[in-house]
Amino acid sequence: MFTHETRLKRQAIFDLLFRSLTRVCAFGVLALLAAIIISLLVGSMPAIHAFGFGFLSSSDWDPVNGRFGGMIPIIGTLVTSGIALLIAIPVSFGIAIFLTELSPRVLRRPLGIAIELLAGIPSIIYGMWGLFEFAPLFADHVEPWLNKHVGTLPYIGPFFSGPPMGIGLLTAGIILAIMVIPFIASVMRDVFDVVPTLLKESAYGLGATTWEVMWQVVLPYTKVGVAGGIMLGLGRALGETMAVTFVIGNAHDLSKSLLMPGNSISSALANEFNEAVGDLYTSSLIELGLILFFITFVVLSIARYMLYKLGQREGQAA
Amino acid sequence: MNTMLNLYTRRRIVNAVGLSVSVLAMLFGLFWLCWILLTLLDHGLPALTPVVFAQMTPPPGNSGGLLNAIAGSVMMTVVGTLIGTPIGILAGTYLAEFGQRGWMAPLTRFINDVLLSAPSIVIGLFVYEMYVVRVRHFSGWAGAFALSILVIPVVIRTTENMLRLVPSTLREAAAALGAPQWKVINFVTLRAARAGIITGVMLAVARISGETAPLLFTALNNQFWSSNMSQPMANLPVVIFQFAMSPYDDWQKLAWAGALLITLSVLTLNILARVLFRQSATTH
Repeated sequence: MFTHETRLKRQAIFDLLFRSLTRVCAFGVLALLAAIIISLLVGSMPAIHAFGFGFLSSSDWDPVNGRFGGMIPIIGTLVTSGIALLIAIPVSFGIAIFLTELSPRVLRRPLGIAIELLAGIPSIIYGMWGLFEFAPLFADHVEPWLNKHVGTLPYIGPFFSGPPMGIGLLTAGIILAIMVIPFIASVMRDVFDVVPTLLKESAYGLGATTWEVMWQVVLPYTKVGVAGGIMLGLGRALGETMAVTFVIGNAHDLSKSLLMPGNSISSALANEFNEAVGDLYTSSLIELGLILFFITFVVLSIARYMLYKLGQREGQAA
Repeated sequence: MNTMLNLYTRRRIVNAVGLSVSVLAMLFGLFWLCWILLTLLDHGLPALTPVVFAQMTPPPGNSGGLLNAIAGSVMMTVVGTLIGTPIGILAGTYLAEFGQRGWMAPLTRFINDVLLSAPSIVIGLFVYEMYVVRVRHFSGWAGAFALSILVIPVVIRTTENMLRLVPSTLREAAAALGAPQWKVINFVTLRAARAGIITGVMLAVARISGETAPLLFTALNNQFWSSNMSQPMANLPVVIFQFAMSPYDDWQKLAWAGALLITLSVLTLNILARVLFRQSATTH
């Protein structure tokens, strides 16, 4: 009897130990986030002291005289991600429709896997392919055409005129688009699968076409989730490093033309961080990293919040 | 009657156009996948000779192999996975098994989902600040730490999802037999979710084996053979980056060989993970 009680007690202690161990690990995730933010803040302190909020609006980047500003890489990051989304959203929507409504059953799985493989290819491969294969073709065939036909238009013309070099903001944006298409498409597909079949069949029963069912039943039902998927893709695009570094041109110039080389936060970091001399240079780069982390954190938080909301509604309906 | 017909035709046309565009979108996606893979095979296969696996990375303008880079990549990936996996599994267990009450579990879940797609270059900066600056040199350990930080969120997410799929009757049956909770979790639920968790770990390995950005400021590179994790360490992604950006023909060829190697291993891992998961899902 006595041994039985001690044994029970021992098990209770083991339970407590195991539970605490898992809790410590889970808590570690929160600590990790705090550590990332604090270490980046500490690292960028010299730059924050030296430039204050002016860092955000200054286009200086002068390592020799120690004057730094983050405007050019920040704009580069936002512009390339914006281009990526403009291309990726309609394409992903098309792919998701195809996979959920149109594809023959046999093809559905292999095609789904193929799109997910596109997401699995490491970003450095996109970069190499972009630099050696895509950029030359783009410079020879697409950019001259853009110059001639779009570059002469009023308003949007200046954005598309410039020397056809192949590398630049537009190329980086297109390659980013190819990279985020699988992410957005797979979220959209999962989200479309959530729509109750009853709802879709009712619409079909009333004589709606497939396209009308998608636009007027499925999309309104899932709009929160679709927006979440788009934000998730945006988060990816903002932080993407290697693919962009290869093709953006790494020039600290502010130019109206999307065909000109530019810079993004992540490519500036990848190219310059190891060669940065001096505290101020290094800490300016770390401040850029902090800004990038902040932007992606906000975007990804919104994305997750939207996806949770859709999940909650699904739970209520069931 | 006529207007009815017109409306009907217009709706059908809109439908046909919309659906054709969606087929085109699918082809558009597949087109890039094929183009990238063909480019890789085209440049990579001729460069992928046995020498690649037998010699060290060469100085500029010489021929050589990628042996030290391959070894370094494998070592850092293994260590990174070994550090990240247990933490990830335990934290995922907490979220699935103990996280029903309180504010901590939902917050952790949320933060983890955000970290899942946080920019990897920032993780590199973080490890640089926390570790490289302290010990004053780049090292293989730093690279492995950075990779382990990328592993953790992936493993947490899959572990939690997989544990939630385990029917609670299984837990109740074990508890009814008198098993304490730690035994129920370790010997029943985690075991039942094993295949799914292994899938998650494989996907995490696939993700980190192609990562370049976090290694740039942590492991850096090393032209020579080194099995010492406290020294700067050669690794495939950074070597590919350096060699591809160089003007030397030999280096660029090696970069293509390395690129093909990485892509093949990452895609194989991805497909294996899916096949494994599918098999376990059908046998249960």
